[in-house]
Amino acid sequence: MTALSDVSTHAKAGARWRVSEVAFWVLTLACAFLFPSRYLIMTDIVRLALFALSLDLILGYAGVVSLGHAAFFGVGAYSAGLLALHGIINEPVIALVVAGLVAAVLGFLTSFLVIRGVDLTRLMVTLGIALLLEALAERFSNITGGTDGLQGIEMQPILGLFAFDMFGKTGLFYSLIVLFILFLLARRVVHSPFGLSLRAIRNNPLRAAAIGMPVNRRLIAIYTLAAFYAGIAGALFTQTTALASLDVFAFERSADLMLVLVIGGTGYLYGGLIGAVVFKMLQELFQSITPQYWLFWIGLVLVVIVLVGRERIHRWVLFVPNLVIRQFAGRKAVVAVPERDAP
Amino acid sequence: MASILTNLFDGVAYGMLLFVLACGLAVTLGLMNFVNLAHGAFAMAGGYICAVLVNNSGWPFFAALPLAFVASAAIGVALERTLYRHLYTRSHLDQVLFSIGLVFMSVAAVDYIMGSSRIFIKLPAALEGQLSLFGVGIGRYRLMIVVICGLLTLALQLILAKTRFGSRLRAAVDDPRAAIGLGINVPQVFAFTFAFGSGLAGLGGALSAEILGLDPYFPLKFMIYFLIVVTVGGSSSITGPFLASLLLGIADVAGKYYVPKMGPFVIYTVMIVILLWRPNGLFGRTAAR
Repeated sequence: MTALSDVSTHAKAGARWRVSEVAFWVLTLACAFLFPSRYLIMTDIVRLALFALSLDLILGYAGVVSLGHAAFFGVGAYSAGLLALHGIINEPVIALVVAGLVAAVLGFLTSFLVIRGVDLTRLMVTLGIALLLEALAERFSNITGGTDGLQGIEMQPILGLFAFDMFGKTGLFYSLIVLFILFLLARRVVHSPFGLSLRAIRNNPLRAAAIGMPVNRRLIAIYTLAAFYAGIAGALFTQTTALASLDVFAFERSADLMLVLVIGGTGYLYGGLIGAVVFKMLQELFQSITPQYWLFWIGLVLVVIVLVGRERIHRWVLFVPNLVIRQFAGRKAVVAVPERDAP
Repeated sequence: MASILTNLFDGVAYGMLLFVLACGLAVTLGLMNFVNLAHGAFAMAGGYICAVLVNNSGWPFFAALPLAFVASAAIGVALERTLYRHLYTRSHLDQVLFSIGLVFMSVAAVDYIMGSSRIFIKLPAALEGQLSLFGVGIGRYRLMIVVICGLLTLALQLILAKTRFGSRLRAAVDDPRAAIGLGINVPQVFAFTFAFGSGLAGLGGALSAEILGLDPYFPLKFMIYFLIVVTVGGSSSITGPFLASLLLGIADVAGKYYVPKMGPFVIYTVMIVILLWRPNGLFGRTAAR
């Protein structure tokens, strides 16, 4: 067996659809039909899941830490908002893609800054870029609307057929479809040889470079793709809420995103999706208990998760599903790949 | 001309304040290689303790300052012994997540206890108003800050360079294993250093209520400033962060005065450029791992 066919068998084995995955998406679709009064919060979850998926691509697969992922979210949100506000592109789907591409361009340009240096420099640079964009958006308030945000955005019907309704039904199904398509794309990417090489880079960049991988080019590529995803998430935010304000760039957004991924687990695509669901539920719960001070409980969750250890928590969480799958399918279930930080 | 000098002096005072606030972080982040984004929370604790003592209990301002130091140091050592020390060997990502969690908790807790509005500390009459020195207007409060922070900086430099504790700390940072082998109680040295850094942050917080403004979001608002001081200043000595704070302080004051719209923009750009040009800081060397 040649090395090439070895890689492709490995990749194909990993890329096979599992029963649990199909079940996950069926369940998601069922939820969308079962709770018609909950469209808005579910749209929120879908958006967050897409955003988390984006961070997972760079953090979980390529090992690039980022404290400023909201930069791309914000650029996507403002692009979509400005496109709709000035009637440049009225069709939401095309506007969505364009907004994603704008974020991708920014991602490509900033990737050269981010791939340099170690974790700490990366944290600082990504944080700095997000703050920079926030300062810029504030500076050019005649374009961005400043602290008031973009006002009076009116969305045209999707593909000219489905108008956004006030209950958020169109918004939810639109977001779900976008998420699913992008998820398929991400799934294809991470199970490709390209995805495998990313994991090699995450585990040991030096060794990956030694066997001939173009480490920097791979990192630039995945960073750009992640920026595209984040831009789409931001654009979805603007399109479904008809709103874009300065807080799309806020540090809290990037920090919350980290928490989402930490809850769900990094390095497997469902981490972000599951994390988004759990995070939103926690947020709802805390907000109903202490409306003003839910930040405290979110912080507590972060501290506890880190102290207990992320990997240990994922083993506990996956214990029951693994048990069930082992009983019924008679094989070892999918276990979250624990993220190993690059040395 | 006089206004330029006044601005310069304000910038120096601001920079020195930043140095006192951030030099604890310079040690934990620069020397111990621990990313503690919650450093501002200790500063906020000091500021609020001082405010409560002065405003509610009627303590004199100068008596409340040392107490702000002691209380923040106590909080620091308690947290270091219970929580932080488990995270020294973890990845940067874990440390970031943990300290962000602490920041969120402190923000919400202070908001709950003290309310969300900005808080002021009643200053003694002797510190209000301006002095005129050769025609240059100098705020009395800022003059006091320059004096206090200047003395502190000198003391820190002497402690690090001349005392036995200073050489122990440098040894523990350079190579913890060798230091343990030589009989240095490394965890104790780290705990003491952490407490001292937190105490200085608390003192800085108490001093900064007048200039930077003190509200529950203080740790988030100034997090980036502390990080800039440390990353730009490097970690080889106290001098690096000190010069970086002065630069940042003068640049920020000048930026707000002369190009009010572009102020933050300039600072973030400069930070990114410096980080790319010299990843270990302007005055730095590689941090020991």
